[in-house]
Amino acid sequence: MIKSYRLSRMISDIVIYVILGGLGLIWVSPLVWLVFHSFRKEGGVSVPYVFPKEYTLDNYKALFTKTDVFDYPRWFLNTFVVAVFACIISTLSVLMVSYAFSRLRFKSRKMFINIGMVLGMFPGFMTMIALYYLLKAMNLTQTLPALVICYSAGAGLGFAISKGFFDTIPRALDEAATIDGATRNQIFWKIILPISKPILVYTVLTSFIGPWCDFILVKIIMGDNRDNYTVALGLQRMTDKEYKQTYFKQFLAGSVLVAIPITILFLKMQNYYVEGVTAGGVKG
Amino acid sequence: MTFIEYQALTPSQKASYKIKEFFSLLPGRFKSFFAAIGKFFKNLGLKFVGGCKGYGSRFTKGDFATKLSYIVMGFGNFTRGQVGKGLAFLAAEILYISYLAGFGLKWFNKFDTLGTELTHQVIDEVTGRPKSVMGDNSMLILLYGTLTILLTLVFIAVYIANTKAAYEAEQSVKAGKKNLTLKEELQEFLDGKYHVTMLSLPVLLISVFTILPLVFMILIAFTNYDKQHTPPGQLFTWVGLDTFRDVFKVTEGASKGYTFWELTKWTVVWAIFATFSNYIIGMIIALMINKKSIKFKSLWRTLFVITIAVPQFVSLLLMNQILQDDGVVNVIRGYMGLAPISFFNSTALVARVTVIIINMWVGVPYTILQTTGILMNIPEDLYESARIDGATPVVQFFQITLPYMIFVTTPYLIQSFVGNINNFNVIYLLTGGGPSKNPNLYQAGETDLLVTWLFKLTMNSNDYNTAAAVGILVFIVCATLSLITFNMSKSSRNEEEFS
Repeated sequence: MIKSYRLSRMISDIVIYVILGGLGLIWVSPLVWLVFHSFRKEGGVSVPYVFPKEYTLDNYKALFTKTDVFDYPRWFLNTFVVAVFACIISTLSVLMVSYAFSRLRFKSRKMFINIGMVLGMFPGFMTMIALYYLLKAMNLTQTLPALVICYSAGAGLGFAISKGFFDTIPRALDEAATIDGATRNQIFWKIILPISKPILVYTVLTSFIGPWCDFILVKIIMGDNRDNYTVALGLQRMTDKEYKQTYFKQFLAGSVLVAIPITILFLKMQNYYVEGVTAGGVKG
Repeated sequence: MTFIEYQALTPSQKASYKIKEFFSLLPGRFKSFFAAIGKFFKNLGLKFVGGCKGYGSRFTKGDFATKLSYIVMGFGNFTRGQVGKGLAFLAAEILYISYLAGFGLKWFNKFDTLGTELTHQVIDEVTGRPKSVMGDNSMLILLYGTLTILLTLVFIAVYIANTKAAYEAEQSVKAGKKNLTLKEELQEFLDGKYHVTMLSLPVLLISVFTILPLVFMILIAFTNYDKQHTPPGQLFTWVGLDTFRDVFKVTEGASKGYTFWELTKWTVVWAIFATFSNYIIGMIIALMINKKSIKFKSLWRTLFVITIAVPQFVSLLLMNQILQDDGVVNVIRGYMGLAPISFFNSTALVARVTVIIINMWVGVPYTILQTTGILMNIPEDLYESARIDGATPVVQFFQITLPYMIFVTTPYLIQSFVGNINNFNVIYLLTGGGPSKNPNLYQAGETDLLVTWLFKLTMNSNDYNTAAAVGILVFIVCATLSLITFNMSKSSRNEEEFS
């Protein structure tokens, strides 16, 4: 009896391993294809076989040397600068808003929260055109500060997750500090922030990753000013019909170079996200 | 029904009871949702009336200095030892008035017509040569007019606060108390009024770069700003609800109305399929990974999650290339002696099925991430007793896991439904909306969702008013769904316990 139970469990385990392996293969194979073909020497957009015949580093070298049409290093730097500034402003906004909504009690707090939630539900691109003209009136279109503004100005609306985290920190901490004579400002900087590391890192990473992935807003704001493109838009341009034949392999190589740091950051962020959420659960 | 009666039901009766309960509660939920909206506006109105009342009574009760601060802002505070505060109020008044005089008023005056004068040529009297006179720019009038209205609202709030501050300063002097100095007042912003400090910068940013453009675009939906009325060459003006009528009305041939209804149907079908396919497949994979006897759990999880980590534009553009007519999938099919499939350019059905399948590749890892935690929380004894009763794993899945998960994750499901209605990236990067074989669709292809249509209407055909109207309609649907789930979900109920 026990033997047959073990046997059936082993069979079901093997079936599961096979299914997981197969599905895993389906899930990663496009990415594997991406990596292999970014080293491909021959052919243009696609070749009539699965693995490349000859491997080379030329695609990567070309990204950094042939910069007359597609200035990849410059775009990489642009994106980095924009991401750093956007990250600072959005992290501050998110933490400030969620701290105020979570741990301070004031008149019309509920109303602010509701308005914040409703504003977050409009389709994002609805405001694009108006935003464009607004930036134009400020003489900012086709510049990098415009991008920083776009990525960070609305960040305060994304308060939900960190507010959830702050909500779980025991209120007694604040009360004890208040009795000892601390102001709310000191409580925020000296007590709440130091124990909120997971959510802090999570917020920093999400807002840093954002500018690397967006290409719609950049497209509208930058127009034809190629010097100020970000990586995402530049790479998307490489797959346009007129460039695709010549630049497709460079597109693959460029994508790999962006994907590696973002993937590492994302996996890091995932840990902090889980840590933040579960830590909150235990305390609450 | 009591709990004991419920326990005595067979599993299928239990399920049907749950479903019935869900739908019978739904109208009530809608009702309480709209009641909440009504209450919100009622409160706002009451606050406004209260503010006005206080405004009047403070004027009659106050002394001369308080009365004067109704005209010269800050005067009351200034004369009662709060020099800094008084000067701040005065500065606000001067700034606002100079803004109105120098800039705001000239735009606001044309707000009702959005401009009447086109750019035209006149003969210059001095030189005798023709020169062009700048006409009105409806777009700028609307933008700056909206800005002026918003600033005026802010100013009114500051003004009311000023009268209140003046009256309070007077009262505390009468009571023999000393008013706070500027320094004390500022220190208060680090403690008692800390929320003002924390919120002012984000609120300012959000007001200028989110609320102002949003109000502007909502107003655009009520104008005729389209490709025939594009400033600066032409003017546009208010047309009331005409745009919405165009969007709803179906006419012969290619029309916005026909397109709107076709795309709405597809958007709903897409959202249902995309949500549930991801949900069920993702959950099954998560279950397999979480099975006790399976090893290398984190390896399996990383294998799937890594596809989320790669920026979406990379993975989707890649998918687009792989599935092209001469892409690698068709190459492999060629090896196997199968005819190539044109995934994106043949029929609507093929393209639609393709995007739903590819969306599974994109979306399933998210479900795996989000459901893993919940799956581990299902009480183990449920499965144990089921096993003793001889339930097969399939029965266990449909009788225990699925009902439990649906019960716990309804908010998540509705959230991802809303997310899929707005799923711009997948459609835009994979198909670009194509194939466009149906000539009756206006500026859209067969896989276009409402949001990608909105994007095309603004970028390709300059139908700004239609785009704004579509955006408002999408918003209404999404906001209703999200607010209902938010009120249902635990987080909003628990929050009150905290305070």
